Amino acid sequence: MHSSAAAGKENRPGTLGGVSRVVVDVVLKPEISDPQGQAVLGALGRLGHDSVRSVRQGKHFVLEVDGTPDEAELKQIAETLLANPVIEDVELHLPTD
Amino acid sequence: MRIGVITFPGSLDDVDAARAVRLASGEPVALWHGDHDLKDVDAVVLPGGFSYGDYLRAGAIAARSPLMQDVVTAAHGGLPVLGICNGFQVLCEAGLLPGALTRNSHLHFRNRDQLLRVERADTAWTSDYSEGQQILIPVKNGEGRYVGSDADLDRLEGEGRVVFRYVGGNPNGSSRDIAGVTSENGRVVGLMPHPEHAVEDLTGPSTDGLGFFTSILKAVVSA
Repeated sequence: MHSSAAAGKENRPGTLGGVSRVVVDVVLKPEISDPQGQAVLGALGRLGHDSVRSVRQGKHFVLEVDGTPDEAELKQIAETLLANPVIEDVELHLPTD
Repeated sequence: MRIGVITFPGSLDDVDAARAVRLASGEPVALWHGDHDLKDVDAVVLPGGFSYGDYLRAGAIAARSPLMQDVVTAAHGGLPVLGICNGFQVLCEAGLLPGALTRNSHLHFRNRDQLLRVERADTAWTSDYSEGQQILIPVKNGEGRYVGSDADLDRLEGEGRVVFRYVGGNPNGSSRDIAGVTSENGRVVGLMPHPEHAVEDLTGPSTDGLGFFTSILKAVVSA
Protein backbone atom coordinates (compact mmCIF):
# COMPACT_ATOMS: atom_id res chain seq x y z
CA MET A 1 0.00 0.00 0.00
CA HIS A 2 1.51 3.26 -1.14
CA SER A 3 0.11 6.45 0.24
CA SER A 4 2.94 8.89 -0.46
CA ALA A 5 3.68 10.53 -3.77
CA ALA A 6 7.18 9.05 -3.83
CA ALA A 7 6.07 5.44 -3.55
CA GLY A 8 4.23 3.32 -6.11
CA LYS A 9 5.86 4.92 -9.12
CA GLU A 10 5.48 1.71 -11.09
CA ASN A 11 1.77 2.51 -11.29
CA ARG A 12 2.24 6.14 -12.38
CA PRO A 13 2.92 7.63 -15.78
CA GLY A 14 6.61 8.14 -16.44
CA THR A 15 9.59 7.34 -18.66
CA LEU A 16 12.62 5.19 -18.01
CA GLY A 17 15.32 4.02 -20.42
CA GLY A 18 13.38 4.79 -23.58
CA VAL A 19 10.22 3.13 -22.31
CA SER A 20 7.15 5.20 -21.47
CA ARG A 21 4.67 4.12 -18.86
CA VAL A 22 1.12 5.09 -19.76
CA VAL A 23 -1.76 4.71 -17.32
CA VAL A 24 -5.40 4.20 -18.26
CA ASP A 25 -8.19 4.37 -15.67
CA VAL A 26 -11.64 3.02 -16.49
CA VAL A 27 -14.78 3.53 -14.41
CA LEU A 28 -18.45 2.85 -15.03
CA LYS A 29 -20.40 5.88 -16.22
CA PRO A 30 -22.26 7.61 -13.38
CA GLU A 31 -25.65 6.49 -14.72
CA ILE A 32 -24.65 2.80 -14.76
CA SER A 33 -25.18 1.21 -11.37
CA ASP A 34 -22.16 -0.49 -9.83
CA PRO A 35 -23.26 -3.42 -7.65
CA GLN A 36 -19.65 -4.35 -6.87
CA GLY A 37 -18.95 -0.89 -5.51
CA GLN A 38 -22.17 -1.06 -3.52
CA ALA A 39 -21.09 -4.40 -2.02
CA VAL A 40 -17.78 -2.83 -0.97
CA LEU A 41 -19.69 0.08 0.54
CA GLY A 42 -21.85 -2.37 2.49
CA ALA A 43 -18.75 -4.10 3.88
CA LEU A 44 -17.26 -0.76 4.90
CA GLY A 45 -20.45 0.08 6.77
CA ARG A 46 -20.31 -3.24 8.64
CA LEU A 47 -16.69 -2.43 9.59
CA GLY A 48 -17.79 0.86 11.10
CA HIS A 49 -16.53 3.16 8.35
CA ASP A 50 -19.70 5.20 8.31
CA SER A 51 -18.08 8.25 6.77
CA VAL A 52 -17.66 6.60 3.36
CA ARG A 53 -20.73 7.58 1.38
CA SER A 54 -20.10 5.93 -1.96
CA VAL A 55 -17.73 3.48 -3.69
CA ARG A 56 -17.29 3.10 -7.45
CA GLN A 57 -15.06 0.26 -8.60
CA GLY A 58 -12.96 0.58 -11.74
CA LYS A 59 -9.95 -0.75 -13.61
CA HIS A 60 -6.39 0.55 -13.74
CA PHE A 61 -4.14 -0.36 -16.69
CA VAL A 62 -0.39 0.27 -16.85
CA LEU A 63 1.05 0.08 -20.38
CA GLU A 64 4.76 0.15 -21.12
CA VAL A 65 5.33 1.62 -24.57
CA ASP A 66 8.55 1.84 -26.59
CA GLY A 67 9.72 5.41 -27.13
CA THR A 68 7.48 8.45 -26.99
CA PRO A 69 3.83 7.36 -26.81
CA ASP A 70 1.61 8.22 -29.76
CA GLU A 71 -1.30 9.93 -28.02
CA ALA A 72 -3.78 9.27 -30.82
CA GLU A 73 -2.94 5.57 -30.88
CA LEU A 74 -3.18 5.24 -27.11
CA LYS A 75 -6.47 7.11 -27.09
CA GLN A 76 -7.78 4.60 -29.61
CA ILE A 77 -6.52 1.67 -27.51
CA ALA A 78 -8.14 3.11 -24.40
CA GLU A 79 -11.47 3.92 -26.00
CA THR A 80 -11.93 0.88 -28.21
CA LEU A 81 -10.52 -2.01 -26.19
CA LEU A 82 -9.65 -1.12 -22.61
CA ALA A 83 -13.02 0.59 -22.07
CA ASN A 84 -16.48 -0.07 -23.48
CA PRO A 85 -17.77 3.44 -24.26
CA VAL A 86 -21.37 2.23 -23.93
CA ILE A 87 -20.99 1.85 -20.17
CA GLU A 88 -17.56 3.15 -19.15
CA ASP A 89 -15.62 6.41 -18.98
CA VAL A 90 -11.88 6.31 -19.59
CA GLU A 91 -8.98 8.56 -18.58
CA LEU A 92 -5.62 8.41 -20.35
CA HIS A 93 -2.55 9.53 -18.39
CA LEU A 94 0.59 10.12 -20.46
CA PRO A 95 4.03 10.81 -18.97
CA THR A 96 4.67 14.49 -18.37
CA ASP A 97 8.42 14.25 -17.69
CA MET B 1 -28.38 -25.67 -44.60
CA ARG B 2 -25.00 -25.09 -43.02
CA ILE B 3 -25.11 -23.37 -39.62
CA GLY B 4 -21.70 -22.45 -38.23
CA VAL B 5 -21.01 -22.66 -34.49
CA ILE B 6 -17.93 -20.74 -33.36
CA THR B 7 -15.67 -22.14 -30.66
CA PHE B 8 -13.61 -19.62 -28.69
CA PRO B 9 -11.14 -20.53 -25.93
CA GLY B 10 -13.53 -20.98 -23.00
CA SER B 11 -16.70 -21.67 -24.98
CA LEU B 12 -18.89 -24.19 -23.14
CA ASP B 13 -22.12 -24.59 -25.07
CA ASP B 14 -20.81 -25.00 -28.62
CA VAL B 15 -21.56 -28.74 -28.60
CA ASP B 16 -25.11 -28.20 -27.37
CA ALA B 17 -25.64 -25.48 -29.99
CA ALA B 18 -24.43 -27.81 -32.74
CA ARG B 19 -26.75 -30.52 -31.41
CA ALA B 20 -29.71 -28.13 -31.46
CA VAL B 21 -28.93 -27.31 -35.11
CA ARG B 22 -28.89 -31.02 -35.92
CA LEU B 23 -32.17 -31.69 -34.08
CA ALA B 24 -33.75 -28.96 -36.20
CA SER B 25 -32.50 -30.81 -39.32
CA GLY B 26 -29.68 -28.37 -40.08
CA GLU B 27 -26.04 -29.20 -40.67
CA PRO B 28 -23.81 -27.82 -37.90
CA VAL B 29 -20.37 -26.65 -39.03
CA ALA B 30 -17.61 -26.17 -36.45
CA LEU B 31 -15.82 -22.82 -36.78
CA TRP B 32 -12.64 -21.83 -34.96
CA HIS B 33 -12.18 -18.30 -33.61
CA GLY B 34 -8.55 -18.09 -34.74
CA ASP B 35 -9.26 -18.87 -38.41
CA HIS B 36 -10.25 -16.45 -41.13
CA ASP B 37 -12.66 -19.02 -42.58
CA LEU B 38 -16.45 -18.93 -42.36
CA LYS B 39 -16.59 -22.14 -44.45
CA ASP B 40 -19.48 -20.86 -46.60
CA VAL B 41 -22.02 -21.22 -43.81
CA ASP B 42 -25.54 -19.83 -44.20
CA ALA B 43 -25.75 -18.53 -40.63
CA VAL B 44 -23.59 -18.40 -37.49
CA VAL B 45 -24.24 -19.17 -33.82
CA LEU B 46 -22.00 -17.72 -31.08
CA PRO B 47 -22.40 -20.06 -28.11
CA GLY B 48 -22.37 -19.52 -24.37
CA GLY B 49 -19.42 -19.96 -22.07
CA PHE B 50 -16.60 -17.84 -20.72
CA SER B 51 -14.47 -16.91 -23.72
CA TYR B 52 -11.02 -15.79 -22.58
CA GLY B 53 -12.18 -16.30 -18.99
CA ASP B 54 -14.31 -13.14 -19.18
CA TYR B 55 -11.02 -11.22 -18.88
CA LEU B 56 -11.25 -7.44 -19.42
CA ARG B 57 -15.03 -7.62 -19.93
CA ALA B 58 -17.21 -10.60 -20.84
CA GLY B 59 -16.89 -11.12 -24.59
CA ALA B 60 -14.44 -8.25 -25.10
CA ILE B 61 -11.42 -10.20 -26.30
CA ALA B 62 -13.41 -12.76 -28.30
CA ALA B 63 -15.06 -9.85 -30.14
CA ARG B 64 -11.61 -8.91 -31.53
CA SER B 65 -10.67 -12.43 -32.67
CA PRO B 66 -9.77 -13.05 -36.34
CA LEU B 67 -13.00 -14.89 -37.21
CA MET B 68 -15.16 -12.24 -35.54
CA GLN B 69 -13.77 -9.64 -37.93
CA ASP B 70 -15.13 -11.79 -40.76
CA VAL B 71 -18.44 -12.28 -38.92
CA VAL B 72 -18.86 -8.51 -38.52
CA THR B 73 -18.25 -7.93 -42.23
CA ALA B 74 -20.57 -10.78 -43.24
CA ALA B 75 -23.30 -9.65 -40.81
CA HIS B 76 -23.25 -6.19 -42.36
CA GLY B 77 -23.86 -8.00 -45.64
CA GLY B 78 -26.88 -9.83 -44.21
CA LEU B 79 -25.46 -13.05 -42.73
CA PRO B 80 -27.78 -14.15 -39.90
CA VAL B 81 -26.01 -14.35 -36.53
CA LEU B 82 -27.33 -15.59 -33.17
CA GLY B 83 -25.46 -14.84 -29.95
CA ILE B 84 -26.43 -16.83 -26.88
CA CYS B 85 -25.29 -15.67 -23.42
CA ASN B 86 -21.52 -15.14 -23.86
CA GLY B 87 -22.26 -14.98 -27.60
CA PHE B 88 -24.64 -12.06 -26.93
CA GLN B 89 -21.88 -10.36 -24.93
CA VAL B 90 -19.50 -10.88 -27.86
CA LEU B 91 -22.00 -9.37 -30.33
CA CYS B 92 -22.45 -6.27 -28.14
CA GLU B 93 -18.69 -5.90 -27.75
CA ALA B 94 -18.25 -6.31 -31.51
CA GLY B 95 -20.76 -3.52 -32.13
CA LEU B 96 -23.22 -5.74 -34.02
CA LEU B 97 -25.83 -5.25 -31.30
CA PRO B 98 -26.46 -2.17 -29.14
CA GLY B 99 -26.03 -1.90 -25.38
CA ALA B 100 -23.81 -3.84 -23.01
CA LEU B 101 -24.03 -6.68 -20.49
CA THR B 102 -22.56 -6.25 -17.07
CA ARG B 103 -22.50 -7.72 -13.57
CA ASN B 104 -25.88 -8.94 -12.28
CA SER B 105 -27.39 -6.37 -9.96
CA HIS B 106 -27.51 -8.87 -7.06
CA LEU B 107 -23.94 -10.06 -7.81
CA HIS B 108 -24.97 -13.74 -7.81
CA PHE B 109 -24.68 -16.20 -10.64
CA ARG B 110 -28.29 -17.07 -11.53
CA ASN B 111 -29.19 -20.45 -13.01
CA ARG B 112 -32.86 -21.28 -13.46
CA ASP B 113 -35.61 -21.97 -15.95
CA GLN B 114 -36.91 -18.64 -17.18
CA LEU B 115 -40.09 -17.48 -18.89
CA LEU B 116 -39.61 -15.07 -21.76
CA ARG B 117 -42.13 -13.13 -23.80
CA VAL B 118 -41.46 -13.04 -27.52
CA GLU B 119 -41.74 -9.39 -28.59
CA ARG B 120 -40.64 -9.87 -32.20
CA ALA B 121 -41.61 -12.89 -34.27
CA ASP B 122 -40.32 -11.49 -37.55
CA THR B 123 -36.54 -11.79 -37.08
CA ALA B 124 -34.46 -14.42 -38.88
CA TRP B 125 -34.25 -16.41 -35.63
CA THR B 126 -37.80 -16.08 -34.24
CA SER B 127 -40.23 -16.57 -37.13
CA ASP B 128 -41.47 -19.90 -35.74
CA TYR B 129 -42.77 -18.11 -32.64
CA SER B 130 -45.72 -15.76 -32.42
CA GLU B 131 -45.62 -12.27 -31.00
CA GLY B 132 -46.62 -12.31 -27.34
CA GLN B 133 -45.91 -16.04 -26.98
CA GLN B 134 -44.25 -17.10 -23.74
CA ILE B 135 -41.41 -19.62 -23.85
CA LEU B 136 -39.55 -21.39 -21.04
CA ILE B 137 -35.79 -21.84 -21.45
CA PRO B 138 -32.85 -21.90 -19.03
CA VAL B 139 -30.93 -18.77 -18.08
CA LYS B 140 -27.49 -19.01 -16.44
CA ASN B 141 -25.22 -16.01 -16.07
CA GLY B 142 -23.28 -13.80 -13.73
CA GLU B 143 -22.92 -10.85 -16.10
CA GLY B 144 -26.26 -10.74 -17.85
CA ARG B 145 -27.60 -7.35 -16.83
CA TYR B 146 -28.50 -5.55 -20.05
CA VAL B 147 -27.75 -1.83 -19.77
CA GLY B 148 -27.65 1.28 -21.90
CA SER B 149 -28.39 4.96 -21.49
CA ASP B 150 -32.07 5.88 -21.18
CA ALA B 151 -31.87 7.67 -24.51
CA ASP B 152 -30.42 4.59 -26.22
CA LEU B 153 -33.00 2.30 -24.60
CA ASP B 154 -35.82 4.63 -25.65
CA ARG B 155 -34.52 4.55 -29.20
CA LEU B 156 -34.30 0.73 -29.17
CA GLU B 157 -37.86 0.44 -27.89
CA GLY B 158 -39.03 2.96 -30.48
CA GLU B 159 -37.42 0.94 -33.25
CA GLY B 160 -38.91 -2.31 -31.95
CA ARG B 161 -35.51 -3.88 -31.45
CA VAL B 162 -36.36 -5.68 -28.18
CA VAL B 163 -36.95 -9.33 -29.16
CA PHE B 164 -37.41 -10.94 -25.72
CA ARG B 165 -38.35 -9.75 -22.26
CA TYR B 166 -38.11 -11.60 -18.95
CA VAL B 167 -41.48 -12.59 -17.50
CA GLY B 168 -42.14 -13.73 -13.93
CA GLY B 169 -39.04 -12.12 -12.46
CA ASN B 170 -35.95 -10.49 -13.89
CA PRO B 171 -32.96 -12.78 -13.19
CA ASN B 172 -30.17 -10.21 -13.41
CA GLY B 173 -31.51 -6.66 -13.12
CA SER B 174 -31.59 -6.01 -16.87
CA SER B 175 -32.99 -2.61 -17.85
CA ARG B 176 -36.66 -2.80 -18.80
CA ASP B 177 -36.60 -6.61 -18.41
CA ILE B 178 -34.76 -6.88 -21.73
CA ALA B 179 -33.54 -10.44 -22.38
CA GLY B 180 -32.66 -10.11 -26.07
CA VAL B 181 -32.34 -7.55 -28.86
CA THR B 182 -31.90 -7.52 -32.62
CA SER B 183 -30.09 -5.55 -35.31
CA GLU B 184 -31.94 -3.05 -37.49
CA ASN B 185 -32.39 -5.64 -40.24
CA GLY B 186 -33.59 -8.39 -37.86
CA ARG B 187 -30.83 -10.79 -38.96
CA VAL B 188 -28.58 -10.52 -35.87
CA VAL B 189 -30.17 -11.56 -32.57
CA GLY B 190 -28.63 -11.84 -29.12
CA LEU B 191 -30.13 -13.06 -25.86
CA MET B 192 -28.84 -14.13 -22.46
CA PRO B 193 -31.05 -17.25 -21.93
CA HIS B 194 -30.15 -20.53 -23.63
CA PRO B 195 -32.50 -21.91 -26.30
CA GLU B 196 -30.02 -24.69 -27.12
CA HIS B 197 -30.60 -26.17 -23.66
CA ALA B 198 -34.36 -26.48 -24.30
CA VAL B 199 -34.57 -28.70 -27.36
CA GLU B 200 -35.39 -32.12 -25.88
CA ASP B 201 -37.76 -33.22 -23.11
CA LEU B 202 -35.09 -35.41 -21.53
CA THR B 203 -32.62 -32.64 -20.82
CA GLY B 204 -34.52 -29.34 -20.87
CA PRO B 205 -37.48 -27.73 -19.13
CA SER B 206 -39.28 -27.65 -22.51
CA THR B 207 -38.54 -27.89 -26.20
CA ASP B 208 -39.32 -24.19 -26.64
CA GLY B 209 -35.76 -23.40 -27.73
CA LEU B 210 -35.98 -25.46 -30.90
CA GLY B 211 -37.87 -22.65 -32.65
CA PHE B 212 -34.68 -20.58 -33.00
CA PHE B 213 -33.06 -23.31 -35.04
CA THR B 214 -36.10 -24.15 -37.17
CA SER B 215 -36.71 -20.44 -37.79
CA ILE B 216 -33.24 -19.88 -39.16
CA LEU B 217 -33.47 -22.83 -41.54
CA LYS B 218 -36.61 -21.28 -43.07
CA ALA B 219 -35.00 -17.83 -43.20
CA VAL B 220 -31.97 -19.25 -45.03
CA VAL B 221 -34.11 -21.22 -47.50
CA SER B 222 -36.25 -18.20 -48.35
CA ALA B 223 -33.25 -15.88 -48.71
